[in-house]
Amino acid sequence: MHPVSIDVGRLVRRNVASLYSSLVTRPTGQAVRLAIENLLAEETGPVSLSVIDLSQVTVMDFSCADEVVAKLLLRFLTDERPREAYFLFRGVRELHRDPMEAVLERHALAAVAETRTGVFELLGQVGAEGMRVWAEVEARERIPRPKEGVLPGEPRTSMVLRDLLRRRVLFQNPATLEIQSLSSLLRETAP
Amino acid sequence: MQIIPVPGTLDSSGFDHFARELQGDSEEKVLFDARHLRWVDPGGIVALLSAGRVVREGQGRRPRLQLLESAEVATYLARMRFFEAAEEIFELETRPSRRSWSSSDVLLEVTPIATNTDIHAVVDRVQEQAGAILSRTLRYPPSAVVQFSVILSEVCQNIIEHAEAQGWVAAQVYTWAKRLGRQVLILSVADVGQGFRGSLADSQAARFGDRWGDATALEAAFIHGLTRFPDSGRGQGIQQIRKQVNRWEGAISIRSGTARIADVPAWDDAPPLEENLPPFPGAQIHITLPARRPDDD
Repeated sequence: MHPVSIDVGRLVRRNVASLYSSLVTRPTGQAVRLAIENLLAEETGPVSLSVIDLSQVTVMDFSCADEVVAKLLLRFLTDERPREAYFLFRGVRELHRDPMEAVLERHALAAVAETRTGVFELLGQVGAEGMRVWAEVEARERIPRPKEGVLPGEPRTSMVLRDLLRRRVLFQNPATLEIQSLSSLLRETAP
Repeated sequence: MQIIPVPGTLDSSGFDHFARELQGDSEEKVLFDARHLRWVDPGGIVALLSAGRVVREGQGRRPRLQLLESAEVATYLARMRFFEAAEEIFELETRPSRRSWSSSDVLLEVTPIATNTDIHAVVDRVQEQAGAILSRTLRYPPSAVVQFSVILSEVCQNIIEHAEAQGWVAAQVYTWAKRLGRQVLILSVADVGQGFRGSLADSQAARFGDRWGDATALEAAFIHGLTRFPDSGRGQGIQQIRKQVNRWEGAISIRSGTARIADVPAWDDAPPLEENLPPFPGAQIHITLPARRPDDD
């Protein structure tokens, strides 16, 4: 059997929001979050993968992280989300990690981060099993379409996968039902 | 004329002193007699500014401030930009010119905080100036500049979000020879706004019933991270500041109204909660960060 080639690039549109300098104070965070949401509102494809580039951010406080990271993710996790969107935080360094982890844990969220060296990590409240399953998919880039609607692996792994999909730190192709890491999705949707 | 003596040594305990002196509603013109002032730190500077503002707002006129122009402390106050902040509050009898100063121990001069733009400016300035002080003087790792900037941003936001009034921030490094035998960074933030009890009253008072007061309001914010906002993302600032100050074995206290709450490190003997202090409006946050010892590395 040969894998079916699906052009994810036609399904998922990638956009990049580059942020700069000091991300401090809640109003600043709100303004940045709204700008990202406005950018997403202009997208035309059914699904978007947004890269939030923090490479140039030299300081980020907790109030700003709450808006730019937590509130942004929350907005697109609810049933009333304005569109189907996935997020990936790029250029994440130690200085971003503390505020990001704090706000993700506060809201029981998780997020995929790409470090400056190009390593992808899962941040937030996921637990050891969630981390293991996510790392497995990240290493394999994708896992095949589950048969008869059942996700591969043990029942517990299946449950963890569902949770990671619900939290949008993994992507499931609606056409093929393949489960894919956001890093591989990023590579496939590169311009 | 009501004369309020300014102690010879003025630090954050000055809030208690001024609160005692300001009890009662005197209509007499007020004079802050600072002729005996010999030493002042950022906590003392913001205490003096706050006390002056309380009088000005209460009486609708500026109190007088008397300093010895020749005193070294007046030069220091000029260097800390105290007089720029003080001129709208006090009738100043003395105003030494601000000379250029080569010392690098002033981390942040007295800076009014009224808008979020002020906070951005303060954070930018500290990022430029703080590196050498934090790494060479306090032996903190390079990443401490960012963590200190975050602390600064969060404490200043506390003024804007909760006080609904202008406040001030100042920071300086000193040698605490007798008390700790090391250098310390003092960061002080103060406002004379509605205080924690006023800020939290509508959203939190009912759940505390008869116990509601300055101390329970401080506990609600400091210990439990409660705020007046229904948004669950709020209230993290103070919690995260406490974590970071604790990592650096520092001390943090907040005085508001008639109470003071604190995280007390091993080297300090302050009580974790004080009640029935003389009332002073607003909130005052005081952080002390000690230098790392050589064997901490």
